[in-house]
Amino acid sequence: MSRPRHDAVVIGAGHNGLACAAYLARAGLDVTVLEAAERVGGGAAERQLAAGFRAPGLAHLLANMQPEVAAELELAKFGLATVCADVATLALSPDGDHVGLHGDRLKGPVSARDHQGYAELRSRMLRFAALLRPWLNRRPPLLVNGAAGDKVALARLGLDIRRLGRREMREFLRMIGTNIYDVLDEYLTDDRVKGALALDAVLGTHLGPRSGNSVLTALYRLAGDPGGGPGTLALPAGGMGRVADAFAGAARAAGARVRTGCPVARIRVDHGRACGVELADGERLEATLVISSADPKTTVFDLLGARHVEAGFARRVHHLRMAGNAAKLHLALDAAPEFSGAPPDALAGRLLIAPDMDYVERAFNPAKYGRCSEQPVMEITVPSAADPTLAPPGCHVLSAVVQYAPRFLEDGWDDERTGAFRERVLATLSAYAPGLRRHIVAAELLGPADIERIYRVRGGHWHHGELALDQFLFTRPVPGATGYALPLEGLWLCGAGTHPGGGISGAAGRNAAAEILRREGRR
Amino acid sequence: MKTYDAIVIGAGHNGLTNAAFLAQAGLRVLVVEKNDYIGGAAVSRELYDDWIYSNCSYVCSLLRPEIYRSLDLASHGLQVTPYGGSVTFMENGDYLGSYWDKDVAHREIARHSARDADAHRRYSAEVMRQTRFIREFLLRTPPDPTSFRPRDLRELGEMAGRLLEMGEEAVYDTLRFWTMSIGDYLDQYFETDVVKASLAGSGIIGTALGPYSPGSAYVLLHHYMGEVDGNIGTWGLARGGMGAVSRAIADAFRAAGGELRTGAEVTDIVVRDGRVRGVALADGEEIPAHRVVSNLDVKRTFLALMEADDLDEEFLRRVENFRIRGSSGKLNIALDGLPSFPALPEGSELLNTDMHFVDSLERLERAYDDWKAKTWSGDPYLDMLIPSLSDPTMAPPGKHFMSVFVQYCPPELASGPWTDADRDAFRETVLDQIARYSPDFRDLILHVEVRTPRELEEEVGLTEGNIFQGELTMDQLLFNRPVPGYAQYRGPVRGLWMCSSATHPGGGVMAAPGANAAREILRDMRRPSTVPEGFGDD
Repeated sequence: MSRPRHDAVVIGAGHNGLACAAYLARAGLDVTVLEAAERVGGGAAERQLAAGFRAPGLAHLLANMQPEVAAELELAKFGLATVCADVATLALSPDGDHVGLHGDRLKGPVSARDHQGYAELRSRMLRFAALLRPWLNRRPPLLVNGAAGDKVALARLGLDIRRLGRREMREFLRMIGTNIYDVLDEYLTDDRVKGALALDAVLGTHLGPRSGNSVLTALYRLAGDPGGGPGTLALPAGGMGRVADAFAGAARAAGARVRTGCPVARIRVDHGRACGVELADGERLEATLVISSADPKTTVFDLLGARHVEAGFARRVHHLRMAGNAAKLHLALDAAPEFSGAPPDALAGRLLIAPDMDYVERAFNPAKYGRCSEQPVMEITVPSAADPTLAPPGCHVLSAVVQYAPRFLEDGWDDERTGAFRERVLATLSAYAPGLRRHIVAAELLGPADIERIYRVRGGHWHHGELALDQFLFTRPVPGATGYALPLEGLWLCGAGTHPGGGISGAAGRNAAAEILRREGRR
Repeated sequence: MKTYDAIVIGAGHNGLTNAAFLAQAGLRVLVVEKNDYIGGAAVSRELYDDWIYSNCSYVCSLLRPEIYRSLDLASHGLQVTPYGGSVTFMENGDYLGSYWDKDVAHREIARHSARDADAHRRYSAEVMRQTRFIREFLLRTPPDPTSFRPRDLRELGEMAGRLLEMGEEAVYDTLRFWTMSIGDYLDQYFETDVVKASLAGSGIIGTALGPYSPGSAYVLLHHYMGEVDGNIGTWGLARGGMGAVSRAIADAFRAAGGELRTGAEVTDIVVRDGRVRGVALADGEEIPAHRVVSNLDVKRTFLALMEADDLDEEFLRRVENFRIRGSSGKLNIALDGLPSFPALPEGSELLNTDMHFVDSLERLERAYDDWKAKTWSGDPYLDMLIPSLSDPTMAPPGKHFMSVFVQYCPPELASGPWTDADRDAFRETVLDQIARYSPDFRDLILHVEVRTPRELEEEVGLTEGNIFQGELTMDQLLFNRPVPGYAQYRGPVRGLWMCSSATHPGGGVMAAPGANAAREILRDMRRPSTVPEGFGDD
C-alpha cells in the first residue's frame, strides 16, 4: 500500500506546533499536525471543571505574546481578542493593607520613595526587555561558525546595547547576571511590592529571589506584548481556549491538517534520516520533515530513541534541567471570592500572595530538598470576573499558579500527597479570603506529575526546560541543537524547550518555521 | 615636609605588592597600616606561646607566579611547599580521599562509584580548560565595554578572540560554566553524593551562595586557578605561615627604597580642588602625596575615608550597593598532639590534607539556608588543615597548629550584632563537628582563637567579614568590579587609585589587583614599569 507522503508532520498541537505548521503551510508545504489529546492547544487548552465552569489549563494570562506572530498569523481574525489588555496586579498583604501595581504606578499606602523607585525600575527593566525582544524573534546566532547573517545579528546586539548609552549599558551588563532580591533592595523598601516583583521573577522556575539569573526571567516576562503595550499581561476573551483555537484556525486556514486524538508513538528513521512517524495505533505517516513541538527529552528519548544521536549529544539532552516546580489550582465557586481588604474590581486583575521577598525565598527552600512549600506563593486570577461566560451566572472560576511543588518529591507524588498539598494551598488562600471554602463547588490541583502526564512534558515544566542563563539563547535547549535542527536529517524541534522558551508566544514555532524554510531551501 | 609620589593605605598583600612595583619604578612610596603588624589578612601571629597562627588566610596557591618572579620573592625568603589532596568524612563512617596520584585518585573514587571515577577524568579535563581560559585575564586590566578608546576595543577584541578560539561547543560550555551553579554542574558528571560534596566546597568558600545558586561554578574556578611551581590547581603552604608572603613582599618593597609605617590609621583621604593631596591620620598628622592608592574595599574607601561632596551621587549609590556580605568564620587551634581520625587507615597521608565533614550537596545547601536565615550553619562546611605537619616552624615539636575555615557564618545574626556569647556558641558548633569524627580531638585543645565576621572586620578591616573584599558574582566581576565604569583601578577623583581585592580579579592571596593597579598608575605617569602583564607561561 502506498501511503501519501507529507512534506512535514508536526508532533503536538500546542500553540508552538500550530504556529510552526501555519507558517510552513503558508509557504506551500503539505503539513499535518498530530495531537495526542482530544483537543488542540496543549498548555493553552481549557479544562472543564464542572458543568459550565471553564478553567484555563496551564497558562491563565497572556504575557509573552509576540505581536509579530499575532499580526502575521492574523490571530484576531481567528478569534483572539482580549477582555483586558493590561491587567492590574494586587499584591496581597496578610493584614489587608494591599498594594496595587499597574503599569509604572503603585496604588496604595506606599512611600514617595517607593513610588519613584518603582517607576524607575519598571522603565529600566522595560528598556532592557526591549533589547531582548528582537532576539526572541530569530534563531540564536552561532558564535563561532556562524554565517554572515549571524555575525551581523551579533554586531546588531552589540550596537543596540551601546545605544542604551554608557550609563544604561553599564547597568544592563551588571544586572543581567544578578539576582532579583538584591536589585529590588536597591530600588524599593516596601515588602509587599518587593515580594510581588520577586514572585514575577521566579514564576515557573526552580529559582528563589536570591538565586542568580532571576533578573533574566523577570526580563523574559517583560519582553512580550499581548496587546496592551510592552510588558503587559492580558486576559483573553472567552478564556485561554480561544487562544489555542485561534492558532489552530490560522494553521487550518493556511492549509495544514490538524488531527487530534492520535498520539505519536515514535519517530521513524531510515538510513540516518527521519522519514515519518508511527502513531500509537500503528498507523504510519511518511514525511520529508518531522517537527516536534514536544520537549527535547521526550523527543530524543521517548520518540526518537537515544541510539539515533551521538552519545555526547544525548548526554547534553539528558542533563537539561526541566523539573517543574509549579502546581496549578482550579476552583469552581458558587459566588465571587472575597479577599479581605481588596476592592471588588481586583478580581478582574491578578492577585499575588507573596507578602515579602523572604517569604518567597522561604517558600523556595524546601523545593531544593524535594518537598513542597509550607507556605506557598500564588499568582491568582478569576477569569470569570472579567469574562462572565466562563462560569454559570453568579458563579466563578479561580485559577492559581502555586509554587513551590517540585516534580520530584522525596517519596513521589500520589493522590494522598496531592490532596495534602491542595489542603495546604487552600489554607493559605483562606488566610486571605476567609469565606472561600464555603463556596467551592469543585476543586482541582494539578501537581507537576499531573502536568507531566496530561501535557506529555517530561518533568512537567511549562517552559519545557528551566529558563536560566545557562539554558538560554545561545545554549537553548542544548549546544548542537540551538538552530532548531536536531542532529539527524529531517528532524526538527519547535516547542517551548527551544529558543526563546515558554509562555504563550508562538515565537519558538515561528522561528523554527523560518529556519526550516531557510535550511530546506523552500519559501 | 616631603611630598610622596604615592601613599598606599593598608599593608595587606595587595597594598604591599602595589607599593613594591611603584617603588621599583623609582617612585617615593609610603605604605601606612593601621595595625602594629603588616600583612592584613595574610599574616602569621603568635597568639599562643610558641605557636604561629596563619589566623586569616591559610593556604597559598593563587599568588601569581609572574609576581613571585618579578619581585624575586624567593630571595626575600618566601618558600611555598605544595601539599595535595583532601579527605571528606562521611556520616556512615567511611571517607573519600583525594590524592595527587591520578591512578590512586581513580581507584579511590571507584571505591564509591566506578562511573564517577571515569567521570572525574572528563570533569578534570573540562575544569582545566576553563582554568586555562580564565588565567589569561588575571594580570590584565579589564576593558571598559562602553568605551571607544583603541585600548579598550583592542582588549575586548582580545578577550572575544580568546573565547572564540576555543571552538563552537567549548564556547557554549564556557558560557554555561560561568552562569551555572556548581551543584548543577557536578550533577552533570557525578552520581555519588560524597564525590559531589568533596568537589563543591570550592564553589562556596567565602561566598554568600549555596552550591545550587547559579554563579557558584565560577567561584570554584577562582579556587582552581592557582598553582605551585607550575602545577595548576595545586595548593601550597607558605613556610612560617601566610605572614611569610607579606613579609617577603614587604622586604622587596623596602629593598626598592620604600617606607612603611605601622600603627598609623588613616582617617581621611585629603581632597582639595578636585584632586587628592594626601592622607590624614588618626593623630591629626597630614601626609602629603601626589596620589593615594587605597587597598581598602570600596565601602571603606569612599564611605568612610572620603567626603560625599567630593564624589558623584551615582557613584556613591553604586558603592553603597556593592555587595560584600560576609559568609565565613575561622577557628585557629593549638593542639597538644595529633588528633586521630578513626575513619582513616593508620598513618594515612590524608591527615596532611584539607579535611571536610559534609558529605552531600543537600547538607551543604542547608548550611546555606542557615546563613540566609541569619544564623551560623548548624552543620557547617569546614575546610580543616594541620599545617604544622608540613611546616615544623608553626608549633613546638610534637604539637600542632590546626586551621579551621568555617562556612557559613553571617555578618549579623537574626538576634542582632554578634556578642561574645554567640561567638562561644559558634565555636562549640564547629568543635562538635570535628569531634564527631575525632574522639580525642577536644582533649588535645590548648587554645582556640575564634574569628567571626565581626573579628575579621574589626581587626583586618574586611567589611562585613567578606574574605574577598566583595562577592565574586557576575555582577561584580571583570569590568563590573568593583563598580561599573571604575574597573581600571582609577578612582573617581584625580590622583586616587584602588588596588584591593575589591578590584579585578578579586580576592585570595593572588596579588594581582595590586600589580594591575601599579601597572595602570605607571602607565598614567608614562613611566617604564616591571609589572608583569598577561600570561606568563606554564
